[in-house]
Formats: sequence, structure tokens, C-alpha cells
Amino acid sequence: MPVMTIREAIRQALREEMQRDRRVFIMGEDVGAYGGTYAVTRGLYEEFGEERVRDTPIAESAIVGVALGAALGGLRPVAEIMTINFVLLALDQIVNHAAKMSYMFGGQFKVPLVIRVPAGWGQLAATHSQTFEVYFAYVPGLKVVYPGTPYDAKGMLKAALRDEDPVIYIEHTALYPVRGEVPEGDYVVPIGKSEIKRVGRDCTIVTYGRMLQASLQAAEQLAREGIEVEVVDLRTLRPLDMEPVYESIAKTHRALVVTEEWRSFGVGAEVAARIQEHAFDELDAPVMRLGSREVPHPYNKHHERAVLPWPEDVVKAVKLLLR
Amino acid sequence: MATTVTMPKMGFDMVEGKLLRWLKKVGEPVKAGEPLAEIETEKVNIEFEAPASGVLKAVLIEEGTTVPVGTPIAIIAAPDEPVEAPAAAPAIREGPPPPTPAPVAPPAPPTPTPAPVGAPTPPPGGRVKASPLARRLAREAGIDLREIPGTGPGGRVVKRDVDRYLQARTPAAAPPPPAAVPIPTPAPAPVPTPAPTAVPVSPLRQAIARRMTASKQTAPHFYVTVEVDMDEAMAWRARINEALGERGKVSVNDMVVKAAALALREFPALRSSYQEGGIIRHEAIHIGIAVALEEGLITVVLRDADRKPLAQIARESKELVERARSGKVRPEDIEGSVFTVSNLGMFDVEHFIAIINPPEAAIMAVGSVREVPVVKNGQLAIGQRMKVTVSADHRVTDGAEVARFLQVFRRYLENPLLLLVE
Repeated sequence: MPVMTIREAIRQALREEMQRDRRVFIMGEDVGAYGGTYAVTRGLYEEFGEERVRDTPIAESAIVGVALGAALGGLRPVAEIMTINFVLLALDQIVNHAAKMSYMFGGQFKVPLVIRVPAGWGQLAATHSQTFEVYFAYVPGLKVVYPGTPYDAKGMLKAALRDEDPVIYIEHTALYPVRGEVPEGDYVVPIGKSEIKRVGRDCTIVTYGRMLQASLQAAEQLAREGIEVEVVDLRTLRPLDMEPVYESIAKTHRALVVTEEWRSFGVGAEVAARIQEHAFDELDAPVMRLGSREVPHPYNKHHERAVLPWPEDVVKAVKLLLR
Repeated sequence: MATTVTMPKMGFDMVEGKLLRWLKKVGEPVKAGEPLAEIETEKVNIEFEAPASGVLKAVLIEEGTTVPVGTPIAIIAAPDEPVEAPAAAPAIREGPPPPTPAPVAPPAPPTPTPAPVGAPTPPPGGRVKASPLARRLAREAGIDLREIPGTGPGGRVVKRDVDRYLQARTPAAAPPPPAAVPIPTPAPAPVPTPAPTAVPVSPLRQAIARRMTASKQTAPHFYVTVEVDMDEAMAWRARINEALGERGKVSVNDMVVKAAALALREFPALRSSYQEGGIIRHEAIHIGIAVALEEGLITVVLRDADRKPLAQIARESKELVERARSGKVRPEDIEGSVFTVSNLGMFDVEHFIAIINPPEAAIMAVGSVREVPVVKNGQLAIGQRMKVTVSADHRVTDGAEVARFLQVFRRYLENPLLLLVE
């Protein structure tokens, strides 16, 4: 099976869907001639032309607004917002319009809109290093996906492009170079299906995105010490599929939720709450959460390292959980 | 030493009891075995005996109150023994507590100090720190959590403590029921009636219960059965195995898996998943094979079965089953199947019906290859036949399509050369 990076997997999904469906087109800042700030759309402008790979002004609200209109009009737009930090400028279009159209007009309109948002950090300072997936996961009417492997990145983007509802597709920039097997040909990974990425018996890690990779690394290290953790990849944050989590906890009886966000009011809080609602009698210890330190993200690289969770933090948390 | 009397557990499923009537007054002497109170459970009203002798020093709940099993309800102590009423059971009172005039404040009821790790027994009547799982396990085993030393953080009783406690109890010293129904005359040797036993439900069994229930409740099942002429398939299988010799052995099931996988190429609906808002069609034909283990059923996954030669299918499915039996399955061994084959042929089963393995759209139940009388060219003869039933999800497919699928499936098995060339 071919091995490729997440960046290539996303590009391949875009290319294949554009070939398959003439309604699919891309718009965003520097997505065309320049090939994308993170080089995700490189080559697509040359292949599909400026009509289907459109450069826009620096105006996020307009990008999403126009894409929304195009979706209502029967096209399948992919709006790229350069980073998740700038998506705040388009929140009104997303939350008040894209998410609600179908509901407010009794299902007469569908909004098959995909908004791709790179997220992450890397000495980009407080306003450009934020973890905002929960802002979208909070909103009924949106679907929010956050793949953590090349296989899922391609299959979920295809699923998003074939979905009738607005999908926020989040790409962690630190994951772009992560490699993995991606089968040739067409396949989709359904939205709203969590997956057990590693089988274990001693505790359950619930995670997604970059922290999936960090958790899998931690699991390797723990396995060398005889601790077998099971890793559940949520992949989709809304709708959230908790069944595999409950099934896993019925086996391990201990759960650690690992996210990159601030813990307060976050995805991890929601996951922990659902676990205690549905799997209370299976729990042999309180549900534990690991996240970033609750400060605006620092610029200094040592400080940056200090606020983020890393595989060694996951290892420590697991050991604490297993006391 | 003072004895705290708790709401007794009188039967496996009793979770709470109502105190109907105190039969002794506070200050009255009691003897162990004397009726102390009348209690109502969901099933019976019974008199409950004092577990110790002394004086009834305090009653902690009023008549007519319902409390969970294990809640302290009274204290019996020696006549001259000073007793501090422990904090009244928190579960019993709704609303404001009755005013307790305390002109001279007695020492506050001992606040339960966190037991040191490994402390044998927290103060009687105090709340035991225990994980929800430990509570459940103790309840199911009918043991009092207060007897179990907790080794978790802060002295919390956790699963390993309950396990250890249960292990330490020798099977001979089976616990008496916490409070036996009083028998007025000491019966010499009561004929033991075997009581029903609670068997802990393994995680696998729980998963099966949950998934199968969900499948039957959400996927409208329908069933199509065909009989396959296996004369050719059995002859070819013998020939293939002879040729393979030491290099492996192809089973009937391997041929069924291959035939089903090839047939599935033509029937995308039978390799899809129904979900809200759309049907997901799976292109890679990964076939699930149901494997019976001691603890229950699991499904191992043979990937891309339509593209693998029979000998490879035989080898891989053997390895998968061995890994499943030895508990060494890897995630990819059990994930991603799009259609399942369940075979009870080895048990001499003529025919059975399976429940769809969600989120798949269909499952194939395979019976034994049987020698039966058949009519060939107007003559009665002996033929080898196998019955196969497909259960399918009516949300994604219909009877006619499953029937066509089974025609194609049957064509492969009845012309087994096709299995070798495709």
C-alpha cells in the first residue's frame, strides 16, 4: 500500500473529488498560484485552473459567506481559512448562517460546505497558536472532524465533500508530515465513527488529532514497561461517537482523555462527562484529563514546549491513573 | 464494642429495604438472634434479627423510611458503653434535617478521616470510599465494602481490592447470606437449595449484548436461504488439498469466504453501512469470520478476500483464528470487515440464522455440508448439499438483491474452477 504524508493525503482527496465531481471547487487565501500557505493545494491551480482554485482577498467572513452561497446554489465548495485563528472573523457566517440554514428553512436548503482549517503552533505566539475545535463542536448543525492519520485524513475529507451538511475539517500543521499507509483508489471514512487505534487492557486513552500520535507513541513506551493502553481515536468531534469508548472502558475500567486544548469547558470535559453518565459502574478511578496549560500560548520555544502536552506527559498521566 | 446494624441484604436483587417497625425500643436490652425490626423488601415483609447482644443504644432511621442495603440503621452496645451516634445515614432524609436541639454541643460526630492506605476497616457507619466498579462488584458478590481494605488513592477500595478479597475467601467458607431469613426453630440440617449464582458479565459478553441488541433494534432484518450443491466443491477441495500437501489445507469455509467475497464485488449494497444521512459504501472487500471463543464470539477480519488466492485465505484465516484463540489479536485483525461469514458447519448444523454484525449490511450463516437424497436427471441419488442463510438490513437492500447475490455466490461454489481463476 502506498505510504504518504497527511499533507499528500489531503491533496489527493481534493484532487480525486475535483476529478469526480465538477461541483467541487476550492477558494481561500493563497490557495491558487502560490499553492497554499502550507502547500496543501500545490499543483491544483495548474491542474484545474483559476475557476476551480480561486484566490481570495484577505477577508475570512467573505470567503465563508461566498462559499456558503455557492453551496446553497448547488456547488460543493471547499473554503480554506489559512489558520484556525482567523476563523474567528468568519464565525458569524459559520455559526449563524451555515449551521442554521437547513434548520431555519425546514430542510429546504442543504449546505454541502467544507471549511478546511489548519490548526497548530510553532513559535507563532499567542494569537496564532490556538486550539479552537471546541468552538465548532459546540454548535448543533455543524459537523467537526479532526483526523490524525493519513488514511483518515483522505477518507474523511472525501466523506466531508460528499456530506450534505457544513463540515469543519481541522488539520493540525504538526501532523502534515506524518506518514502512513493510504490505499489507492476511492474510499471514505465515515464521519461520526470513532475507532480503536490500538488495543490494550490496562486503561483507555480517548484522544484525536496530534494527541492521537502522541498517545500512540506513549503507548509504545508504556508497552515496553508492561502497561497496555487502548487508544480510541474520536476522529469526529460532532457528532461524537462514544460507543467504542464505553466498550473500551468496560474492558479497562480506567480512562484518560488527552487533548491539546485548555481543559476547562473543552472536548475533554464533554467526553469525561459522558463517560460518567454512561459508564459510571465500569469506572475504577476518576476520569483523568490531560491538556495544555491554561495560559495564552507563549512565543518563546521553551515556554511553548512547557505549556503543551507531549508523549512523556501522557506516560506520566497513565501511570498516575493506574495507581 | 458497639455494633452498627445495617440494612440487611435479603436476596441477590435486593438493593433497598423499608423499615416498617422497630420491635425494640432505644434503651431496651436485646439478645443476638432476637427480632429487632420488621423490614419490607420488594418481595416480602420479614422480621430481622439483632446481630449482637447488648442494649439498643440508638436507632438511626425512623419507621417507614427506605434506605439502601448496607446503610447503618441502629447501634447495639454494652449497657455502660458510651456511644456516639455516627452521622446519620445521609441517604435517608430528604429535605431539612429535623432540628436537633443540642444545648451543650457534644463532640461533633467523628468526621470520617481518610483511612490510611491499607487500613483494614474504616470506622463502622462511615462512608466507604470505593470506585463505582468496586461498589458494583461488591454488590454483585454480596459482600460488605467495609470489610475490604482499600489500596487506591486515599484508601479508596478499587477493583483489585475486591478481587483480592474474593480470592482470599476459600470456596469452602462460602459466605452466609448477609442476613438469613430467621428460622424460628433451629432446623437440624437444612436441605440446601441451590441458590442462583450471579455470574460476572465479561466485557466481551457485555459488548456482544450491546452490539447484538443494537443490531436487532435498529436494523430491520430479513432472511434469504439457499441450498448449494457442493459435489463439485468437495471434489475440488480434496484435489486442491492433495496438491497442497504440507503447504496447507483449504477448508469449506475458506471456499465460502472466497465465493462470498467474489460475489460481493457485484453487490455494493451488501458491503455498505446504513447511517443517518446516507449509506456508506465500502470498496475494500474485508470479510469478517466469526470465531467462537470460551468467553464469547469475536469476528476476525480477512482483508481483501476477493483478491487473495484460496491457499492464502486458508493460511491467513488459520493465523487469525489462532491469534484470536490465544488472545493476541491486533487491531487490524478485528476491524474493518464489511460482511461477515458465520459457520456452524463443524457442529453438524443443518441451517441457522445470524444477527447482522453492525455496521455491516449483511451476514451469512453457513450450515454443514450434508449428504442428502437428491434428484438428478430424474433419478434419486446421493448429493452433498449445504444450506446458507443471509440476514440483511432492509434499509440498504431488498430480498431480490440478496437472492441475486446468493445466485452468484452459488455459481462460484458450484463451479469451483471460478474460485481458482478469479
